[in-house]
Amino acid sequence: MGAESILKQRSIFASLRTWLGFARFPYIAMTVLGLVLVAAFFGSWISPHSANEIDLAMRLTPPAWLDGGSSAHILGTDNLGRDILSRLIAGARVSVTIAAYAIILSGALGTFLGMAAGYFGGWIDAIISRLIDIQMSVPSIPLAMLFVAVLSPGEAMVVFIIVLSYWTWYARIVRGEVLSLRERDYIALAKVAGVSTPVIFIRHLWPNVLNTLLVLATLQFGSVIVFEAGLSFLGLGIQPPDVSWGGMLSDGRNYIEVAWWLITMPGFAIMMACLASNIVGDWLRDTLDPRLKQS
Amino acid sequence: MLNLRAIKCHFQTNGQIVRAVDGVNLDIVKGETFALVGESGCGKSTLAKIILGLAPITAGSMSFAGEPLIKFNKRFRRRVQVVFQDPYSSLNPRLKVSTILSEPMWAHGFKRDEVTQRLELVMALVGLQTNAGNLYPHEFSGGQRQRIAIARALMLAPELILLDEPISALDVSIRAQILNLLQDLQDELNITYLLIAHDLALVQHASDRVAVMYLGRIVETGPTEKIFASPQHPYTQALISAVPEPDPTIARNSNLIRGEVASAIEPPTGCHFHPRCPHKIDRCTKESPPLVAREQVQVSCWVIGSGDLNVAK
Repeated sequence: MGAESILKQRSIFASLRTWLGFARFPYIAMTVLGLVLVAAFFGSWISPHSANEIDLAMRLTPPAWLDGGSSAHILGTDNLGRDILSRLIAGARVSVTIAAYAIILSGALGTFLGMAAGYFGGWIDAIISRLIDIQMSVPSIPLAMLFVAVLSPGEAMVVFIIVLSYWTWYARIVRGEVLSLRERDYIALAKVAGVSTPVIFIRHLWPNVLNTLLVLATLQFGSVIVFEAGLSFLGLGIQPPDVSWGGMLSDGRNYIEVAWWLITMPGFAIMMACLASNIVGDWLRDTLDPRLKQS
Repeated sequence: MLNLRAIKCHFQTNGQIVRAVDGVNLDIVKGETFALVGESGCGKSTLAKIILGLAPITAGSMSFAGEPLIKFNKRFRRRVQVVFQDPYSSLNPRLKVSTILSEPMWAHGFKRDEVTQRLELVMALVGLQTNAGNLYPHEFSGGQRQRIAIARALMLAPELILLDEPISALDVSIRAQILNLLQDLQDELNITYLLIAHDLALVQHASDRVAVMYLGRIVETGPTEKIFASPQHPYTQALISAVPEPDPTIARNSNLIRGEVASAIEPPTGCHFHPRCPHKIDRCTKESPPLVAREQVQVSCWVIGSGDLNVAK
C-alpha cells in the first residue's frame, strides 16, 4: 500500500470522526442531553397531557405523521390511550433524578473508599480491594431481584441497587490515581510540613481526581439510565403509576405487532440519552484528561 | 545537632528483606553543610526519608538538638524541612504559589497576617517577585520552581534543611545561581544543611564535611578537603578518581573498580565492598569493619586498619 493511500484512508477516517462529532464540541449530543434535562426539570410545563390521563377512545393512536394519527398526540397513544410524548417527558424526570442520586452517591462512596485504599495501602487497601472484587463478581440483576424480593421496590430501592453496583468503578479508578499521586514529592513535602491527613486529602488529592470523576460520572449517566430501564422493564424498578422508560417498554411489549410505536419511542429515548451522554463523556475526557483516552 | 546512632532500615519486598540502610551513625553539627554521597541504590535517599520521618526505622535511635526523636511531632516538623530534586513533582500543579508557600504555616496554626508577612519576607529572600504568589507552578521555569521549593522550606524558619539532590534536575546554566542562593541563605540565616548528592564536584565545592555511603553503610567520613585530597577507603578512592579531569594533558590515574553494586537484598558478608575491592584480605569477607578514626577522618576498612596501608596505595 502506498503512502498516499494510507494518508487518504486516514483522512477519511478522520473526517468520519469529525462528522460523528467526536473530535469537536459535540453539538448534537449536547442538544439531546439538554432536551432530556429540560424534559426532566420543566416537564410539567411543556407536557401536552398528563402522563396518566386515560382516554380509551383514543387508544393505540399511531404517531401524528401516520394514517389515523392525531395532532393531539404527536407520538401516538398507548393501549390505555395515554399520550406517549407526555409519558416520555415524565419518564425523563424519573431517569434523570435516579441517575443524579445514584451517580452522586456511588461517586461519593467510591471516591472515599478509593482514596482511602490508595493513600493508606496496607490492610485498609486489602479490605477495600477485596470488597471491590466481591462486589464486581456479583451480577447486578439477581442482586436487584434479591433486594426487591426482601424489601419493597421503588425509586429509593433503584438508587440503592445502582449505588451498590456502581461504586466499584469509582473506587477502582480513584484508587489507581491516588496510588500514583501519593508518590509525588508534594505529598511527602506536605507530610514533612506537618499537614494533617484530612487536609492532604482535600487539598492535594481531591483536586487531582476531580477531572477523572467528572468524566466517569458523565460516562455513567448513560449506563445508569440503561440499567434503570432494565430494572423497570423487569418490574424490579419504578412501579406504576410512576412512569419510567423501562416500564413503558415493558407495557408496550404485548402490542409490538399492532402498535410498534409503544416500544420504539421509549427505546429510542433510552438509546439517544445513553449515546449522547457517552459522546459528551468522551469529549469531556479528551478535553480534561487526555491520559484516559485508551481506557 | 542531628545525631543518628546505628540506624537500620530493612523492609520486605516479595518476601525478601532489603537492607536499605544497615547501621549508620551520623553527627551533624550546627551551621555546617554535611554531604552524603554514594551511587544510586546505596541508601542515601532512604536515609533522607528516615530523617524526615517518612520511612520507619528498624533499629537504632535519632536525636535532634539533644532531644531523642521517638515520634515525629509538630515541633520537630517545624525545625527540619526538605528541598527535593525535582521541582516539577514537588509543587502541586493545581495550587497557587502563595498557597504552596503558606501551607506549612497554616498547618502549624499561624495567624493570617503572620503568614502574609513571612511570605513577603521569604519571597524576597529567595529572589521571587511579589506577584509570583498569584501564579501557578507551570508558569515558572525549572530554576524559578526550585526557588519556590526553597522558599517553602524556609517558611517555618527551620534549623536544618535537607537538600536531596537540589540542583541535579536543573539546567547547567542555573545550577550556580541556586547553589549561590543556598550558600547566601546559610550565611544569612545560619541554617544547617544536609546535602544528599551523587555529584562529587558539587560536594567538594559546597560541603564542609562528607560521608561516603556504600550499600547501606558509611565507609568513610571526615572533612571534605581531607577526603578529596587523600581518600583512604578503596571505594572512596575509586569514586574520586572517577571524576573526569578537565585538563586532558593530565594522565588519569584511575584505579577503577570492577563489577556491579551488590544487591541490598543479600548484601555480601563482612565488608559490603569486598567483592569489588582490589585489596581485600581474608578478614574482609568474614567480619564487617567498624568506622575507625584515622587522622581527621573515620574509615571502615580492615586493610587500612591493619596498618598495611601500602597495599591500598
